[in-house]
Amino acid sequence: MNNRNVILFVGGLVFGFGLAWGGMAKPEVVLSFLQLKDYGLILLMGVATGTTFVAINIIPRFVEKPILGGEFKPRSRDLTRNTLLGAVIFGIGWGLSGQCPGSSLASIGIGNLLVLPGIAAMFLGAYVMGRFFGS
Amino acid sequence: MTASFPPRAVRDSQPLITFLLGHQFFSIMFPLGISPYIIGGLIIGLGVAFVYVLTGLHATQSSLFSTTISYFSKMPYFQRKSYLESREWRLFFAAGVILGAAVYALTVSPEGFWTTRVQLWRIVVGGFLVGLGTRLSSGCTSGHGISGIASLSTTSLFAVITFIIFGIITAHVVQFLGVLP
Repeated sequence: MNNRNVILFVGGLVFGFGLAWGGMAKPEVVLSFLQLKDYGLILLMGVATGTTFVAINIIPRFVEKPILGGEFKPRSRDLTRNTLLGAVIFGIGWGLSGQCPGSSLASIGIGNLLVLPGIAAMFLGAYVMGRFFGS
Repeated sequence: MTASFPPRAVRDSQPLITFLLGHQFFSIMFPLGISPYIIGGLIIGLGVAFVYVLTGLHATQSSLFSTTISYFSKMPYFQRKSYLESREWRLFFAAGVILGAAVYALTVSPEGFWTTRVQLWRIVVGGFLVGLGTRLSSGCTSGHGISGIASLSTTSLFAVITFIIFGIITAHVVQFLGVLP
């Protein structure tokens, strides 16, 4: 187990703790946003994104490189038809189940083992994507 | 009559933001209150920030599926370099997320362990679409949502707007058909 894996594990612990605290580990809470009954998810995403914004855009002005090596590079992806088509498909699955990849992992943690078949289905979906649409 | 301290008007007063926007506005927009969302969002952001400042990696979620499949599938799509390089740390990250949520359930949570009432067919069909869609789109709520928008990526902004709109439409259709929660 190298240092990087330890950092990712600790970062994951924090991330999962925050997801659970914010209610996102419960599909019901996510669905209550998508049904427009509780706008808290927007608040949570806004605060999480704002905090991450500081790490990506402001800290690199004062710190030249990541402390354990590597480089600071904002996340970037090309906008393609697949980006939007995939987002449509993801949105439909999200609205149906109230789960997204991170929240479903956190859901296991809070004891919601009923999410396990959903995670298996996510792996299957990712496999089908690579098998039939991957280039 | 004895005077109490602090005076009643001060003691019973609302936080400034609640006063400015009106109490009703908040109870309609956020029936469960705003503090779990603010605290949860801050902790999530600190987790992502911690990883980025130390390693330069974007701690995002949905790639986990494809990178883990690379352990089992010989297909070139899954054997790409970026997946092979990141598949190990993504598993450590995922293990952390599961355990972090478990720590919450065992400590701060008022209710301990918990189980959903969403029907199994929705979890499975929805899960399949989530796996397929997030990989086709190269990101999910954390990849496009948190890390992408924080990186000021317009691609991610379009993706987020799209999946939120379609999530809202789908959730309303499901609700309209009488399927709850």
